[in-house]
Parts: sequence; structure tokens; C-alpha cells
Amino acid sequence: MRHLLTASMPRDEAIGLLDLAEDMHQIQDRELKKLPALRGRTVVNLFFEDSTRTRSSFEIAGKWLSADVINVSGKGSSVSKGESLRDTGLTIAAMGVDGVVVRSGASGAPALLADWIGRPVVNAGDGTHEHPTQALLDAFALRRRIHGGAARGKALDGVRVAIVGDIAHSRVARSNALLLPALGAEVTLVGPPPLLPPAAADGSRLGVRAEPSLDRVIDERPDALMLLRVQLERQAGKVAPSAAEYITGWSLTDERLARLGDAHLLHPGPMNRGLELSSRAADSDRSAILEQVTAGVSVRMAVLYSLLASDHPSAELGGAR
Amino acid sequence: MTTLLTGAAVLGGEPRDLAIEGDALVDPSAIDRDRAEVIDASGLIALPGLVDLHAHLRQPGGEQAETVASGVRAAAAGGFTCVFAMANTNPVADTPAVVEQVHRLGLEAGLATVRPIGAVTVGLAGERLADMTMLARSAARVTVFSDDGHCVHDAELMRRALEHAAALDAVVAQHAQDPALTRGAVMHEGPLSAELGLGGWPSVAEASIVARDAMLAELAGARLHVCHVSTAETVEVVRAAKARGVRITAEVAPHHLLLTEDLVRSYDARFKVNPPLRTDADVRALREALADGTIDIVATDHAPHAPEAKLTAFADAAFGMVGLETALSVVQMAMVETGLMDWAGVARAMSTTPAAIGREPGYDAPLEVGASAHVVLVDPAARAVVEERHLRGRSANSPYLGRELPGRVLHVWHAGRRTLADGRIVTEEVGR
Repeated sequence: MRHLLTASMPRDEAIGLLDLAEDMHQIQDRELKKLPALRGRTVVNLFFEDSTRTRSSFEIAGKWLSADVINVSGKGSSVSKGESLRDTGLTIAAMGVDGVVVRSGASGAPALLADWIGRPVVNAGDGTHEHPTQALLDAFALRRRIHGGAARGKALDGVRVAIVGDIAHSRVARSNALLLPALGAEVTLVGPPPLLPPAAADGSRLGVRAEPSLDRVIDERPDALMLLRVQLERQAGKVAPSAAEYITGWSLTDERLARLGDAHLLHPGPMNRGLELSSRAADSDRSAILEQVTAGVSVRMAVLYSLLASDHPSAELGGAR
Repeated sequence: MTTLLTGAAVLGGEPRDLAIEGDALVDPSAIDRDRAEVIDASGLIALPGLVDLHAHLRQPGGEQAETVASGVRAAAAGGFTCVFAMANTNPVADTPAVVEQVHRLGLEAGLATVRPIGAVTVGLAGERLADMTMLARSAARVTVFSDDGHCVHDAELMRRALEHAAALDAVVAQHAQDPALTRGAVMHEGPLSAELGLGGWPSVAEASIVARDAMLAELAGARLHVCHVSTAETVEVVRAAKARGVRITAEVAPHHLLLTEDLVRSYDARFKVNPPLRTDADVRALREALADGTIDIVATDHAPHAPEAKLTAFADAAFGMVGLETALSVVQMAMVETGLMDWAGVARAMSTTPAAIGREPGYDAPLEVGASAHVVLVDPAARAVVEERHLRGRSANSPYLGRELPGRVLHVWHAGRRTLADGRIVTEEVGR
């Protein structure tokens, strides 16, 4: 059984997936965007948490591969509905589906479902844990930005990426902190100290360098800046900075944009213009934000194809689980 | 009825005979051997009946997970003859009616003495003191007060509870957890919680409460007991308080002597417990503290849960592990087989001292002639993989399922009455 539960994977496997996504990407230029690869397969998007963008992206990816895609939403936690996570998963599996894409507010829920239901599981974001397809699409978009049309087979060696925002609660940051270094990139986590995760003995956080000052990081002229969506209202009220405080320290303002040089800008969306970054930054030619959205479909096609196509030989994605 | 146990290594020492007559141990040379039941105890360790100062028997209110009757079966299987039942039942054990109900259920169940623990605050809500004096004077004669599951975090309430306890010669057993530092916490806080995306429970949230409580206990001249110490930092605080002369005792749960947070990587909620499994360094510090007496006792924090409370996402699952059946094996593995403690030390940490803290009579002269016949025979050479069938309580949320543990409790006598024979519960009807 193959699953995609984490963005932690060997370099070769990551490059292989990104190359496969390049193949998938080409069909976006076609008039008829449909491959027969998953004809007769059924994929369930099991979303316990609201998501329009990720769910639509997986739905389009499945449909372009000719899979039948069913969306199942469970508002709130399954527990609050009275049915356990396990029963929900077993029920879906009993309907004869071939793969399940899971979004959950609970960290680790996709890993548990993978153990319980005996079907390939794709983690579409679990709590404050991981969002592996987001990291893959970020890497894909960044690789295209850096290597252009010759991206195939390449990694991100020596590329310096700063991830800015509420790192502690961000599954996007976690998955990128695992995937980008595997591809050779140097990652720095940036954010208000209370929103950085606990440090390891060597001072690293999530295994990579952390730095509270965005201004110092900008002075180092990174190659890419990834700005995370900030939801100040959702964080523990006592420790979250005010919007004004956040902008003072961690927003990509016009002034910081001017000092940033030609770094590429990434954002997983949806953006809060004026909070995480200025409108000028969002609309500048350095912004790869819409390319990320396009890349999302290609990457998810590659993942679904890898896990569900009967003729695909790849080993389990995401290495050890 | 006389029972003669021949050749037992008493408290792990040189083999000798023990004799049980009525509810007491008698001089084996003075009995009529022809009329005694003889049990060959050669190769077995004789220990005093174990006393658990911290178990959740769930009744009333949580009968789908455990009852007093099923809980004492688990206790007997694990070598326990006395179990203190925590107050976080539904309704809470904050009135004489509830503690007397639990007391009565214990008498009906037999197998082990059940000592109800009284709540410190009404409804465990941390707002108003329970009627501690009434609980102490009830038929259940409460000697231990605890809001376990919740921390008595209001310093004023804790101070007054300690003052009451001092007057009653009772002890306040604190679940040390600063709630403000542990909102949403489900595992040890550190690099692993960051990696797994699970809410972190920092060590300081335990140690800081213990430091405060030690000072309050000193002020009140009261006895303070610290439940389930889980961190190296707390060990240091307890050590310092003892050096200062504070009347403080501390317990460690078996799982904190053996298991670490790495098990949480599986997101398997069997490994979710409060306080959480911590690091290797904490495990080492806890073992050393138990060996040198900084931590006085082992208490199980036996916390049964129905399967559905655990078969769910880690953050949504209930805290707790069953522990009565496996406690002695875990202590053998973590303390005896590592050379940190001998069997006499195990008897102190799991019988004599917890009984003294809980003011339970009959345990102060372990296995001596004339003492109450609370006796356990253990085969230390046995090893077995823990399976569900080894668990005799109602719930199977054990972190040790599938893991090999040493030692097997074979025979238990509770006040001279056989409760376990060849590892089987003795289910004779007992009087009220």
C-alpha cells in the first residue's frame, strides 16, 4: 500500500515526483485536458475541514486523470458528529473506493486512516502537522522559476528560502521544512518568537535554522521568500501580535520589497493583502503565487497517478511513515 | 486454614518459609505442617501486598470503562491488595455519599481494599473547597485528597486545602499542571511535538506548580504528595524541597519509568497520557530519583478507557493508560533489572511507603510474623509478551500490548484471603 502522508522523502523520489508533475503540467496547454490514466478509479476527497482551494485542486487533478472524484465533507470533527474517525474511514473504504484524499483538523489523522482502511491515503493537510502536496507544489513552482524550461531532473541546491509567519501552527511550513532541504535548499524560519515552534538542543526549529527578525533575513538577500497566511484571530489571543505589530516586524511591505532584490515570492493563499505582504509585492513580477496554484493541479495529478495507476512502479511516497 | 509458602525469597533475600493463618502471618515453625496447604515458592520472590495510591476505578459514572469490581480484578492480577480510587468520577467524589458508595462497592468486590480519595474542590472545578472534614469523618475515612485530572491551580485554594489536610492528618495529592501553560497540550513539548504538529506540554508547567506547592505546604505545615512526577526538572524541585524539610512525597507512574515520547510518532492514542510521556533524559532522572528516594513511590495512574475513546485522532482521544496489571513487571524491568533497586526497595516503593502516605494500616512490617497477611509471590524469571487476555480490568488501553515484559505475579493473599492463584483470579464470594 502506498500513501503520501508526509513531505519527508528522499531527494531522488522528490525529483521524480516533480518531473512527473512536469509531464502532467504539459497537458494544461492542451485544448482537451484529459488523460485516461485513472479511468475506472474512484477517489474520495474526505474533507473534515473546510477548504475550497485544495479540494478543488485535487478534484481537477483527479478528473483530468479520468478518475471519478467524490467530495465528502464532514463539518467540524467527526467526533462531534458522533461517528469516530475510524468508522468514517471504514465506511468510505467499504464503498469500494480506490484512494482517499484526507483533510483533517487533527494532526496525524491521515496516518491513522492509512493504517485502518487499507486504501492509498493522500494527506491534504492535517491539523498543524503537514501539507505535503503544498510543499511539492511550492518546490515545483520555485524550481520552474529558477531553472525555467530546463527544470526536469534538477533540485534546489543552494537555494536560500525564508518562510515567514506563524510557523508554529503552519502545516505548510512543516512540510516545506522537510522537503526543501531534501532538495538541497537552505531554509530559514522567520516569525514572531511566540509563533516559532519549540527549539531543538542545537537551536534549530523543525530541523532548520530559525530567525525572529525578517529584516536581518532580508539583508541576507534570500533567493525566495515564502509568506504564510496569518490568522491572528485564530491564535491564542494572549500571545499573538496585533496586526500593527505583525506588519511592523514581519510583513513584506513596499519598503522591504525594495530591499529584497530579485527574490521570488511564494504564498500558499489565500492572501491577506496588506498583512502578510503589500499589494505591490503580491502583484509584482517576482510573485509566483498564481504559478503555485497552477502547479498544484500538476503536482496532485502526479501524486494521484503515482499512488493509484496500476502500471506505475514507484515505491511508497514519502519514505518511512 | 493455614498456608505454608516454602522457600520464598522474602523481599528478594535468602529463601525461607512463610505461613499464613487467618488474616495474619505466623511463625512457620509453630504451625501444624500436616494440616497446612503447602505452596512451593522456591524461585519465587515474596513481596508484601502492593498498594496503589493512584488508580481510576471510574465508578460511579464511567462503568463502560471500569467498575470497582473490575478494577480490583486488575489490581489482584497485578499483585495489589489496596487501591486508592481517584475522585474524578461522575458524580465527583466530593461528598460523603459518593465516597461511601465507592467504599461499599470495594467491600462487596473483595479482592483488594478500596480506599476512596476525596476531591479537594467541589466538582473538581477548582473554585470552592469540598467538605474535606466530612469526607475524612465519613465511613470511607478519606485520608487522601486530590483533584487529579485537574490541578488545584488557585494558590489560595491550595493553601487552604493544605491547612485542612494538616488538621486531619490527611495528604493533598496534587496533579501538578499549570493550566495556562498547557492549553491544547497533548504530548511533551519539544522538537518532536513541533515536528508532529501536536500541542506541547512543557516540563515547566509541572515543576513550577510543585515549587509553589512545596512552599505552601511548608507554610501550612501540611503533607503534600505530588502525583505522577514526569520530568527531570520536577525531580530537582522535589529534591530541594526535601532537603529543606518540607513534608513532601512524590510518586512516579510505571510508564514514565519505561516509555518515551517517541512512541507518539505513531499517533496511536494508546500512548496519550497526562502528564505525557517525556524524553530519555527524563526517564533516566526519574529512575535515579526513585532509586535514591527523592521519589518515594510508584503509583499506577491506572486510567481505563473504552475503545472508542482511544480509536480516534490523537488530539481528540482521551488521556490515560491502564497500569495495574503491568506495574510490577515494568518496575522490575526499569529498576530491578537495571540494578537501580533491589526487591526490598520495590516493596518500600510499592507497598510500605504508599500505605504510610495514605495512612492505610497493616503494611508497616512487611512479611513479618504478626503482620497482616498481604502477600504476593512473583516469578521474576518469567517473561511474556503482554496480550489483551492478560488484562483483567474492563479496558485494554495498555501501552505494553505486544511488548515483552519480565516477571509474573502468581499468587496473592489479601488479609489472608487468596485473591490470585497461579495467575488466576480467585472468585469466591466474600462477605460484606
